Parts: sequence; C-alpha cells; structure tokens
Amino acid sequence: MGLSNMDELSFTDSELDNHVRNALKDAIQGDCDFYNQLVAVIHRKEALVTEEVALLVTCLKAMTGAVSCVHIVHHRSLLAAILSMSLWDYGTDVMDALVELLISLASSNGDYVDLCLEMLVMNFMPPPAHSARGLSRKIQVLDRVHSTLEDISNLVPLTPLRLQKIVRDKMPHIYMKEHVIMIYAENILRLESGVMGELVGSTGLVALMDKLIEFDVEISWEDIVQDDFHKDMFDIELEDLENPVDDIVQDGDELTRDALIQRFLSSNLSAQKLDSLMVLIFEYLKSCSEGGRLVQVFETLLQSFQKTTLTAYKSKFAQFIMFYACSLDPDNCGKMFANALIDIYVSGLNPVWRMSAVAYLASYLARAKFIPISFVAAMLERMVSCCFLYCENQDDNINPKAHKLFYAGCQAIMYVLCFRLKQLLVIPRLKSQLLLMRIDDVLKHHLSPLQVCLLSIVEEFLRLVKENGIFSLPETLVEHGLLESERSRIFGGIERLDMFFPFDPCLLRKCDSYIRPNYVYWSMVRSTYYEDEEAEGTSDEDVAEGDNGMNIPDGRSHGEGDSDGDEIDSSLDKMSITPRDSSHKFGGRMRRFTQMPSKIRPSTSPESL
Amino acid sequence: MAGLEECEANLIVYLHPSKENCARDAILSELSTLLFTYNETVGGVVLAYDPSILSNLAKIVPGTFPCFGVQLKAKLLLFNPKPDMVLEGEVVKLTPNSIHAVVLGFSSAVIADDDIRDEFKYKIKGGEEVYVSRTHRKHKIKVGTIVRFSMKSFDEEILHISGSLLAPHIGGVRWLDKNLEEWSRADSTATKRNTGDRKLENYTLTTYETSVKSDEQIEKSKKKRRQHT
Repeated sequence: MGLSNMDELSFTDSELDNHVRNALKDAIQGDCDFYNQLVAVIHRKEALVTEEVALLVTCLKAMTGAVSCVHIVHHRSLLAAILSMSLWDYGTDVMDALVELLISLASSNGDYVDLCLEMLVMNFMPPPAHSARGLSRKIQVLDRVHSTLEDISNLVPLTPLRLQKIVRDKMPHIYMKEHVIMIYAENILRLESGVMGELVGSTGLVALMDKLIEFDVEISWEDIVQDDFHKDMFDIELEDLENPVDDIVQDGDELTRDALIQRFLSSNLSAQKLDSLMVLIFEYLKSCSEGGRLVQVFETLLQSFQKTTLTAYKSKFAQFIMFYACSLDPDNCGKMFANALIDIYVSGLNPVWRMSAVAYLASYLARAKFIPISFVAAMLERMVSCCFLYCENQDDNINPKAHKLFYAGCQAIMYVLCFRLKQLLVIPRLKSQLLLMRIDDVLKHHLSPLQVCLLSIVEEFLRLVKENGIFSLPETLVEHGLLESERSRIFGGIERLDMFFPFDPCLLRKCDSYIRPNYVYWSMVRSTYYEDEEAEGTSDEDVAEGDNGMNIPDGRSHGEGDSDGDEIDSSLDKMSITPRDSSHKFGGRMRRFTQMPSKIRPSTSPESL
Repeated sequence: MAGLEECEANLIVYLHPSKENCARDAILSELSTLLFTYNETVGGVVLAYDPSILSNLAKIVPGTFPCFGVQLKAKLLLFNPKPDMVLEGEVVKLTPNSIHAVVLGFSSAVIADDDIRDEFKYKIKGGEEVYVSRTHRKHKIKVGTIVRFSMKSFDEEILHISGSLLAPHIGGVRWLDKNLEEWSRADSTATKRNTGDRKLENYTLTTYETSVKSDEQIEKSKKKRRQHT
C-alpha cells in the first residue's frame, strides 16, 4: 500500500518536500498516515530494486529539507529508523543521501548532535549480519563517515568534544570478534591523523592503549606455566621450535615450557587479537614517522604509558609499542622514553611505580639495539649517582624491605652492565666514565646489594667484572650455586619486581617480527664474552646461528672446538642478520631441561636459509 | 555584540594534595574545565577567565581525602544570549531551507526557512549559494560573510542557537552597515522630535511592503495546493 500510494502521486522535488513537511506536522497532530508510510520506506533494506532505491533516496532528500519540522519526541519512530540505518547495507546513492540528512539533522538542533555522531561512530563497524563484501564497500563507507564527521564539525564547532566521549564509549569489548576490533582501531587511527586529530585523536589513542592493557591482563599464562622458575637468568634464550607443538609432545615425555607457552598463545584468542592490534599500531607509527609526526604521537603514548602500562601489574606485551616507537626515532623518542623513566625513578612519588620504572629502564637499555652506547653510559651514570646519594647517608646494614628502591636500582645497574659492558669498555672515553662512576662504592656498601639482588644477575655480573678486570668486587658470592635468595624475594615484594624484565623477548608472533631487527638477544651478547663454550649438555643454546643454520641439538660433542672459531666470527654478524619471522625467544626464565628432542633442529627449515 | 557580559565571581577551587607544588597550574586547569559549558551559577557560558588568587593560604577541607580549598576572585567573560537579542555569526552553510552560522567561533546557529523573511530568496549564482534580498539586490548573505540575526532559543547543553531573520534591519552585515549609515545621515537633518517618528515611519514602510508580498505568496502557494488535492 505504501509504495503504490507514493508512486501514484508523481511529485516534483519541491512538492515532495512540502508533502513530507506536512506529514511531519500532521503526525504531531495525530494524523500519522503518510508519516507511517515514510517510516516504512526507511525501514526497507533487503535486496532493494532500483525503484525502491530511488524512492528511498528521494525520501531522504525530502527529509533533509524538512528537518526543521522534525520533533524528537513525536517523530521518535522515524528518527529511530533513520539512526538505525547502516551505510554498509546500501549503495552509494543511499549513502550520500543519508549522510546529507545526518549533517542537516545535526546542525539543525542540538538534541540530534550526539545521536548523529553516535550513529556515525557505530558505522565504523559493519553490522553483524553483514557479509564481507570486500575492500571497495569498506572504502566507500568509511570515506563518507569520516568526511561527514568533518562536515558536522564545521557546522557545529563543539563536535570534537562530544566525539571524544562517544569514540571512547563505543569501543568494542575485548571479547568481540577480531575484525570488528581491528576495524574500529583503524578508524580511531584515521581520526588521529585527520583534521580533528589534535582534539579527538589523542583520546582515541589513549583508549587504544588502554585496550591493549585490557588484553594483556586477560592473557595470564602464569596460570599455565608455573611460576617457580629457579633459573639462571642468563641461560641462553631458547630458540623457538618451528615445528608444530604436537611434534614436540611426541618426542619427549614432558612438554617443554616453551612449547606450552606457544600452544597457549596460539590457541588464545586474546593473544591473537592483541598481536594483530599491536601490529596495526606499529604500522601506524611507522607511517607517522614517515610523515614526520612521530614525536607528537609519541608524547601521547608516553603519557598513556606512565598512566596505565607502568602502573599495571607486570605488563607483558603492551610496552613493546613504546619499544617500537623508540626504534623508529632513537634520537628523540628513544631518549625521551629513557629520560622519563629515570625521572620517575629518581623523583617519582609511588615506590612501586619507581621500582617498576627502573626495571623498565634497565630492560630497555639492555635490549634496545638502536640506543647509542654513550647514552647508555649517561643513563647509567644517573642511576649510579642516585644510588650513591642514597646510600651515602645510610648507616643501616642489609635490610631488603626498607631499602628496596636502592636494591632495585643496583640490580638495574648490574643488569644493564651484563649486556653492555663489553661495548662500554671498547671505547676509552666511556670506559673511564664507567670507572669514575663509583659503582664499587655503591655495590660494596654495607647495605650489601650484592647479597640482596637477584643472585643470577649478581653472579653473571661478578663473572664479567672478573673477566674484564675492572672494579674491585668479590669474585664470587658466599651462597654460590643458589639461583635465588629469600632476600631478593623480600625486596621484590608481592609484585616480585625483582624478577621483572619487561622487554624480554616478545612472545607474540607477528609483533616479534617487527621488534627483532632492533633487539639485543642475550645470545648475541654472551658469545662476545666467552671464548669457551660451557659443555652443559643442554642443547638449548642457539649459538652457531650462521646463515646456513644447521644445528644438531646434542652436537655439543661434535666439533665443539671447531665451532668456536666460527662462533666468534658469526656472533658479530648476528647483530646484523635479517631475523627469521617466526621465532619466539624467551628470556631465560625457564626451567632448564636436560632432555631435548633429539632430532635435527628446525633451523634447517627454508625460512632460515 | 549582545549577549556578552563580564562578571566577577568569588570562587573556591578544590585541589588534590598532589598538586601542592604546582598550585597555580592546577587552578588554571580546573578553571579551564568551566570553558564552553553553560554554568547555571554564573548564568552563562564561560568564555574566558582571569583569576587573581587572594592569598597563599588555603583551607584544608576534610573529605574522602583532604583537599586544599583555594579562594580566588576571577573575572569571567560570559556569553548569555536572551531571546530577541541580536547576534552576529559567520555563515558556514546555505541550503534552500536553512542558514547555518557559527557565533563567536564555538556556537552553532541555525536559521530555519520559516524564520527567514520572504524578502530573502535562495539562489545559486555562479556555482555559489546565496540569499539575495528581493528589495535590495546588493543585500546578500553568502558563505563566509557575517549575518546578523535575532535569537529565538538557546540550547544550553550543546550551545546551539536557533535564530530568526524575520525582523527588519537584520541580515547580511556588510550591506546593513553601509546602508544604516545612509539612513542615519538622512535622519540627522531632521529635528530631534521628528527623528523618532521618521525612523518609525521607515520601519513601518518596509514591514508593510514585506507583509504584502508575503500575503501574495501565501495565496499563490494555496492555489497550487488546491490544484493537487
């Protein structure tokens, strides 16, 4: 009835305008006949034929002219019908007419501004029933949505203020499908780089970072992998086994820890979503860097980091956003990050956050390949002088609980030196800077940091110090052989900040490929220190990672002497090898397994060649 | 422009204890949360503030956590338009049914076609949309020009103004300002007693013209409607 009625009366455009206006006015009075027909036309969306499309377009255009007659209460159903339309369901004609109507509505009356903005933000995502129709539809819809948002903000200057809140509120929940989350994130990033970027963009970016932490918190593999690792910090980080997890199970009786983690992460939806989301942000940061705006974006990221990531309990992956951003611009962002962290350590207010900050700093300085070594020295100097000033006035003896900030600082210093000592010693100016830092005084103080800090770190540090003949520290500790002492547990507190190394190798597959080129693995560092290989009988070590990587696991016995020479040479090459895609490495905090699958390591697989 | 007021307010700003090092910055940022929102207490939209802190001492106010209560006097610039006030804004969009303008850079104003006097006709000239007066061809309202209108209503939440161009002596500012000068020059020769009447005469003349025209138009459109039904 509706269609034929409207068809029969052939209206010109201006006449239809009048007609629609009268329909709206009549509906307020109670005569809803034509009004209901109008609502019915709007609701139609399934498989529209050309005439229906034309009718819909004409009606939308007529309403655009009649918005001054629309009443928010009396025309509830019409407004609801319009605002529930999704651009994804229609062709470009209808899309254009609809966005014109939205602009007209939003600018005609303040009541409709929020409603129109919400509708547009919901259109960031395709409706649930929508079949993926490919890229062209997505481009058509999103281009229109964003240009409409800009048009509305030209007419209603306070739009960005309202949009900020709406963008944050409408963000999809972490349990929604991955493609929905991804497309919403893409749109946030598009807003950030758009005209309204200054106003809306930073809120959106912060909301994204918060979402990353939500995912991070959701993934708690500590439930699966027991947290009782008594492990030498500096055992070589495990090479990822590129075979699928099942094979590994067949070989050994017990699942390796690495395999457990892999299996968990590959089946964990949150991990996959987090991985994709982080990669999206990485790509965006890269484009910002090419456009020269990385520093502004970085400032927002840094604020967000200090507010949520730093304060979250042992964030696992989200901090790699900062790492990647720093790697894109080491001189500005890289240094800004380190300076922010040390400022928090030196003069922050909350002790837990200060300890967390110094742990971040230590892990960052150790792992970031792109930081110039002179800057590392400068940061070390600040850390040492802070600790020195602290202990100068202390009469106390060893007391892990009372001086946990001091012990955290000392542990951080030692950790960084484990990674960077060789590089520092090679340059004479930095060597003398190091020797002047009064590290001996700090570490030999009667607060006894050497007995409180994590034993594995202390041992490794003392070994290096002895090897290189610097400082005058005891050669070994009394409690040699123990990997952890009660004292480090105490200073670490409930949060176990004594064992927090946030930039240990990233376990997310796709992220790792971005991080690798700029990352320092312990294996790279270690082999520059040691002439002799320890014959430990474990085949965890991935030492001879040459270009023709063919490691035979229990091949310690074969040609160890031979491989030494190769190893030293190749170790220097290792720093510049194009990394493999799919390896995960785990920062040594794992139980050492004496039994490894005895087959040839997957490094013979094609990717490694 | 009408609607702008200055006022002096005695305020107390409550600061979190962590802000004691940077109290001045904290006060300014607290005050900035007032901006561009309608505040019932002061009776207007706060556009600018100029605080002067009375003393360095602040009262500690107990609560879930203790706050510092800092007393200050602030000069506030308020925007509080009342109905029938004459406001000006920059035109940003013209459609056959409406004129959209932005007032003071932050408030969006719309004049619906019912509120535009029939003197103005919508045209597209040379690809550009314009409202032209039928009586004075040079009196135009274009995108980018300033329009003077009278205020009908003000939405305090979203700071949206609904305006009208029905009254005479409002419209495109450029033309109005030029021609008001002419009118006032012509009037100044008359005696003081007569000036008031003269002006009134002009006013009534124009309104009579426009009202006659609008009657005719209404009759025409009624005829058209009768033909269709």
